Amino acid sequence: MTTTTSPRAARDTEPLAAGQPRPDGAPGHGPGPAPSSGAHPTHGETGATLTVVRRKHVGRWVTAAVLTFLAAQFLFSLATNPRYEWGVFAEYFFAPAVLSGLGLALLLTVLGTLLGFALGTVLAVLRLSPSPLLSAPAWAFVWFFRSVPLVVLILVFYNLGYLYPTLGLGTPFTTDYWLVEFQTTLTITAFAAALIGISLHEAAYASEIIRGGILSVDAGQLEASAALGLPASVRFFKIVLPQAARAILPNAFNLVIGLIKGTSVVFVVALPEIFYTVQVIYNRNGRVIPLLLVACVWYALITTLLSIAQYYVERRFARGTSRVLPPTPLQRVRSAVGRWWGSLASDQGATPPGPGGAGRAAAAALATETQGVTR
Amino acid sequence: MSAPALNQPAERAEARSGRRAGTGAEVVIDAVSKSYSGTQVLKDVSLTVGAGEVVTLIGPSGSGKSTLLRTVNHLETVDSGSVTVGGEYIGYALRGGALHELPEREVLRRRTRVGLVFQHFNLFPHLSAVQNIAIAPVSLKKLGKDEAEERARALLSRVGLEGHGDKFPRQLSGGQQQRVAIARALALEPEVLLFDEPTSALDPELVGEVLEVIREVAGDGTTLIIVTHEIGFAREVSDRIVFLDQGEIVEQGTPEQLLSHPTQQRTRDFVSRVL
Ligand SMILES: Nc1ncnc2c1ncn2[C@@H]1O[C@H](COP(=O)(O)OP(=O)(O)O)[C@@H](O)[C@H]1O
Ligand SMILES: [Mg+2]
Repeated sequence: MTTTTSPRAARDTEPLAAGQPRPDGAPGHGPGPAPSSGAHPTHGETGATLTVVRRKHVGRWVTAAVLTFLAAQFLFSLATNPRYEWGVFAEYFFAPAVLSGLGLALLLTVLGTLLGFALGTVLAVLRLSPSPLLSAPAWAFVWFFRSVPLVVLILVFYNLGYLYPTLGLGTPFTTDYWLVEFQTTLTITAFAAALIGISLHEAAYASEIIRGGILSVDAGQLEASAALGLPASVRFFKIVLPQAARAILPNAFNLVIGLIKGTSVVFVVALPEIFYTVQVIYNRNGRVIPLLLVACVWYALITTLLSIAQYYVERRFARGTSRVLPPTPLQRVRSAVGRWWGSLASDQGATPPGPGGAGRAAAAALATETQGVTR
Repeated sequence: MSAPALNQPAERAEARSGRRAGTGAEVVIDAVSKSYSGTQVLKDVSLTVGAGEVVTLIGPSGSGKSTLLRTVNHLETVDSGSVTVGGEYIGYALRGGALHELPEREVLRRRTRVGLVFQHFNLFPHLSAVQNIAIAPVSLKKLGKDEAEERARALLSRVGLEGHGDKFPRQLSGGQQQRVAIARALALEPEVLLFDEPTSALDPELVGEVLEVIREVAGDGTTLIIVTHEIGFAREVSDRIVFLDQGEIVEQGTPEQLLSHPTQQRTRDFVSRVL
């Protein structure tokens, strides 16, 4: 049993004996071995301890062996095939042009995500309004910006000066801007055009992701909030959104990771994003493969960082969704090391190897580990 | 119980030991009708619940008990008729002989006079027990955060959950969750408390602990309207039992009158089924 569901008052006894699988599907740690009583069924009056023989999963091992072989083969070819030209790769990986291209991609991604999700949240809320006066425009926005390709959006904003040479405020339906007036081409730079296009495009997709998340929250939560008289902002930011986040986050990270690579379209307004930069370089020197690898490895690095961030952010929002959260990979490794250490120690103490010592060590490791992860 | 001797709810309230008078509000439900897409769910229902009175609503499933209860705190609007709590309309202002819908902020403020406990608890799963209880007083600026959490812990011990404040709802049993939900409803010190089948989602052995808490709340002068199928509990705790069937009040009276000597055939049939 976990140490977190501390001893209950007698009248609160659960219809659950220690070690039974939890009905709520919480990923308990198998038959939870209570360290004192021992996890192993004792056979009646004989007192002999019965050993559990684990089922052999032959298929799993064969699959794993095949996959390992294929991966090894690929890695071997990466290392030995001269056409990958790792020297060229190394030469360009930290080249200033490549790094500034990467910086631009990251900047557009960060700003596009912030603006996109902010606007997307507003759109999602409008879209869920019972009044068609609000939901219809939000629907139309999403329809429009999901219909138009991002490239076209960016081009249109960049060339807005062709359609509307000046922008401003003045008499409606005329170009008599007697209040304020801008030269469109001066106001909208290539970067601004790219950022506006990306933000509007992202907002349309983000709004659907957020709307899906909001819809996934049980209606009883809103009823309870309303019954308590919670103001609308508290209902949204403290009750609905934290619960919707569970459904929003995986899709949101998908969108962000997609956008990192998606920003390469800004080459249409001659902005040298990383992918465009390596293309320019290999068109000059003909080293196509190593330069593509430069871009890919950078993308992979950023995706890795985002994936790790995703894991921990999702975990943060999983608070309260199950009685005990499963351990993080890091905690798993630590507990495995503890288990291994424990079995070494018990081997020396002349305890027979196997479930005896190792099981107890594992139980102890799990017990310490679950203490740390209930929040 | 010597119930029949006392007719006025206030008298009975005083008669019950330890009850403080004066913290509850009167609820007046006047000729309320409500339809959902053509079917009439409430038919011209009128019911007055005195300040501090404990009234139980019983009736078959689908008879409109929940709907009636939810009209009291304006979670459900009515098609005609009106509901007042302590003389105040929750959702409207009476001006020039017409009911004008109030802005949401004002509705929310008035609604805090009424607490509601749900069948399925509806606790906020991502907040600890203390946070569940403290969120309303804090966000409505009635108490500071520290003060609210301190009071939340006090309320938790009042419902017998001392030391469980930092647990999340899923780490508590059903009976414990419902007790947290009652503490949450009590946090705003409502004048009226509504219970919608508070024990129907619980395992039988957990029902008692929740009823115990409601019994305790019933003793402190708050007006209580309880929908329940626990007839034994209703008999013990109520000043009055109201029998609802097909959206109408068929019969009402003291527990003794309604359960032991019903005058209507429909009441008799229902009572004999559930007793
Ligand atoms: N939102 C709704 N839309 C349509 N019908 C509803 C809705 N809510 C309740 N009803 C109907 O109203 C009737 C009364 O419901 P309810 O008040 O929940 O009954 P009870 O609580 O007595 O079981 C039922 O027939 C139910 O189907
Ligand atoms: Mg109901």
